[in-house]
Amino acid sequence: MGSVDRPRPAKKTAKSRRNSASANEPEFVQLLTPEGKRRSHPDYDVTFTDEEYRGLYRDLVITRELDAQGTALQRQGQLGLWPSLLGQEAAQVGSGRALKPQDTVFPAYRELGVQWCRGLDIISAFSLFRGVDLGGRDTAADRFQMYEIVIASQTLHAAGYAMGVAKDGAVGGDDGEAVIVYHGDGATSEGDFNEALIWAGVFNAPLVFFCQNNQYAISEPNTRQFRVPPHRRAEGFGLPGVHVDGNDVLASYAVTEAALDRARAGEGPSLIEAFTYRMQPHTTSDDATRYRDEAELDYWRAKDPILRYRTWLEAESLADADYFAAVDDEAAGEVRELRQRVMDLPDPDVTDMFDAVYTEMPAPLRAERAEAVAFRASLDEGSES
Amino acid sequence: MATMTMVKALNAGLRRILEEDDKALIMGEDVGRLGGVFRVTDALQKDFGAERVVDTPLAESGIIGTAIGLALRGYRPICEIQFDGFVYPAFDQLVSQLAKIPNRSGGRVRLPVVVRIPYGGGIGAIEHHSESPEAYFAHTAGLKVVTCADPNDAYWMIRQAAASDDPVIFFEPKRRYHAKAEVDTTGAPLGLHDARVARTGSAATLIAYGPTVDVALNAASAAAEEGVELEVVDLRSLSPIDWEPLEASLRKTGRAIVVHEAPGTLGMGSEIAARLSERCFYSLEAPVLRVTGYDVPYPASRLEDDYLPNLDRVLDAVDRSLEY
Repeated sequence: MGSVDRPRPAKKTAKSRRNSASANEPEFVQLLTPEGKRRSHPDYDVTFTDEEYRGLYRDLVITRELDAQGTALQRQGQLGLWPSLLGQEAAQVGSGRALKPQDTVFPAYRELGVQWCRGLDIISAFSLFRGVDLGGRDTAADRFQMYEIVIASQTLHAAGYAMGVAKDGAVGGDDGEAVIVYHGDGATSEGDFNEALIWAGVFNAPLVFFCQNNQYAISEPNTRQFRVPPHRRAEGFGLPGVHVDGNDVLASYAVTEAALDRARAGEGPSLIEAFTYRMQPHTTSDDATRYRDEAELDYWRAKDPILRYRTWLEAESLADADYFAAVDDEAAGEVRELRQRVMDLPDPDVTDMFDAVYTEMPAPLRAERAEAVAFRASLDEGSES
Repeated sequence: MATMTMVKALNAGLRRILEEDDKALIMGEDVGRLGGVFRVTDALQKDFGAERVVDTPLAESGIIGTAIGLALRGYRPICEIQFDGFVYPAFDQLVSQLAKIPNRSGGRVRLPVVVRIPYGGGIGAIEHHSESPEAYFAHTAGLKVVTCADPNDAYWMIRQAAASDDPVIFFEPKRRYHAKAEVDTTGAPLGLHDARVARTGSAATLIAYGPTVDVALNAASAAAEEGVELEVVDLRSLSPIDWEPLEASLRKTGRAIVVHEAPGTLGMGSEIAARLSERCFYSLEAPVLRVTGYDVPYPASRLEDDYLPNLDRVLDAVDRSLEY
C-alpha cells in the first residue's frame, strides 16, 4: 500500500490547504479562534445582544447532550443506530440560528442541532433510528424536510423546492424565502449534488448549499472525494463559495445569514463549506479506529467548538459560572425527558406499512393488508393460548 | 369526436391540464422551444410560457429530483424522459425518492408527479431508444404505472395521471405515436387503473398493453378468419393491475397468452401468469403462455422484427395453447 492511500493527518491537511491557496482563493472565515479570541473579517461579522450570545452557548450544549444521549440509547439497545454530530455543533447551531422562520431546511441525517434550533420536536429523529417509523413529520408546517439517508438526493429536492419558491414570487425583500440544504463532503462526489449545483445555478434558485466538511465519508477522507475543495468548486458552477471555520459558531452564523439574505433577495444560490470534524465514528455501527488515529482526534479536540466559545464568553464576562451551571441543568432535563419519550414510543402497528403508500389503496394491496393483519392476529391468538 | 394521432391526443391532453391547473408544470429536455423530440409538447411553451413549460438541463436525475422538490412546494410537475433507455440515470430519484417519500412521511406528503416515457421498439432506432423498462417500475411500491394503446386513452389517461396525487409513470408506445384514431373529448371511457376488453372472444385470451395491443388485435382478426375467436384484454394499468377482467376472461376462455415487448424473464407476463395460476387454477385448460422479447439486450434494429412479438409469434402461441 502506498502512503497516498492513507488519510493525511489533519494538521498537515490544514497546513497544506493554506500553503496551496491560490491568490484569488477566498479567505477562511473565522471570527473566533480555537483559543477563544475574537477576530475580525473584512466581509463578515455578527452583532448579538448579550442574551443572544448566551443563547448560542445554550444551543451548543443542549445539542451536544441530546446527541450524546442518542449514542447512549443505541448502546443500551434502545435505538438501532445513531449518527453522532459530536464536533459539528457550531456548524449546525450557527447556520440553524441564521435561518428566518420563513426559510426551509432540507437536512441529511445528522442535523439534530439544526432541528433543535428550528424549535422543532426532535423526537422524529429518534423514532426514525428506533425503527418506529421512517421519520415522517408535518414537514410543510415545520419548514424542515424529512431526514434523507441516500447521500446527496436531497440536494436536488432542495433545488426544485427553491425553483418553486422563485416561481411563487416569494423572493425579494427581508420577508423573502430562502432554502438551505445540508450535506457532507462525501455528497460532493455524487452526481445528484453536481446536478443540483447546475440546476440551482441556471434557474437562479434561492438556495444555500451548506456542506459540513467533517473530513470523512465513513472511512474515506477528503483526498478520496476531491482535488479541489467544495468552496472553490462552486465557482465553476457560477456560484460564490465560502470557506468557513465550522467549529466557530459566530462565523458559521455570519456566513449563513449572508448567504440566506443573498438568496432571499433573489441574487441566487451559493455554497458554504464549513470546515469541521466528526469526532465520533460515522455511526454507532462504525469503527473509526481502523482509519484514523488518536493524534488526529487530539488535534481536533483542541479546536472544540464549545470550549472556545465558553472561553470567549467568560473572557468577555457575558456569562458566569451560575449561567453555565443553569445550562447544564437544563440540558440534563432535556436529556431526561428525551430518554423517557424514546422509551415510551409505541411500537408501530402492522397496518402502518400499508396505509401510507398510496393516496387510495389499490385493491391488490388491500388484500395483502388483510392477509397480514389476519396472520398477525392468528399468531397473537396462538401465543395467548 | 375528432380523429388524431396519439402525439396530437397527448398534446391536447397536456394543454387541458395546463389550462385547468395553474400548478401543473411540464419539464424535460427539449420540451419547450423544440416541442419535444416527438413534438408531444409542441407549442405549449409558446402558449403557456417558459415558467410552466420548462426546458431543463440534460440531467435525468435532476429532472426527477427537482420535480420532487417542486411537488413538495405544491406544484404538479409532468416530466418527460426523452427515451426509455435514458431513464436509468434517474433511477434513484424514481425508486428511492419519488416512490418512497409519501410512505416515509406517513402519508403527510403527497407527490403528484407524472413521468412520461416514450418506450418500446419497432422504429428502427439506435441502441437505448427501443427499450421496455416498465417492469422495474411496476416492481416498485409507491409508483403507479400505466400505458396507453390508442389516442383516446392517451388523451384521457394523461389527464387522469396528472390528476392523481400519487406518482405515475406514464409509458407511451412510441411506434403507435402517429397512428390515427378517434378521440372522444366529452368523457373519460374508463378509470386510470381499469383494464379493458378490447375484443371479445371465447377460444383464448390475449393479454397485451401499450404497443402490443395492436399486435394482439391484428392476431385476433387473423385468427377469426380461421374461425378462432380470441379475446383481447388491454391491461392499461401495469401497477396496480386490474385483475378482475383478466380473471373473468380466463374463466371464460380457459387459456391466456401474455404479449409484451420487454424480455420475458421476470417481466409483466411472469407476474400475470403466476397470479392467474393461483387464482384461476381450475379454469385453466393450458398453462399461461408468454410471447415476449428475448432475454437479450435490445438488438440492432435490423434484427428487431425477429425480437419483437409479432402476429406470427402470437398465432403460434395461440396454436400451442389450443393444442393442450
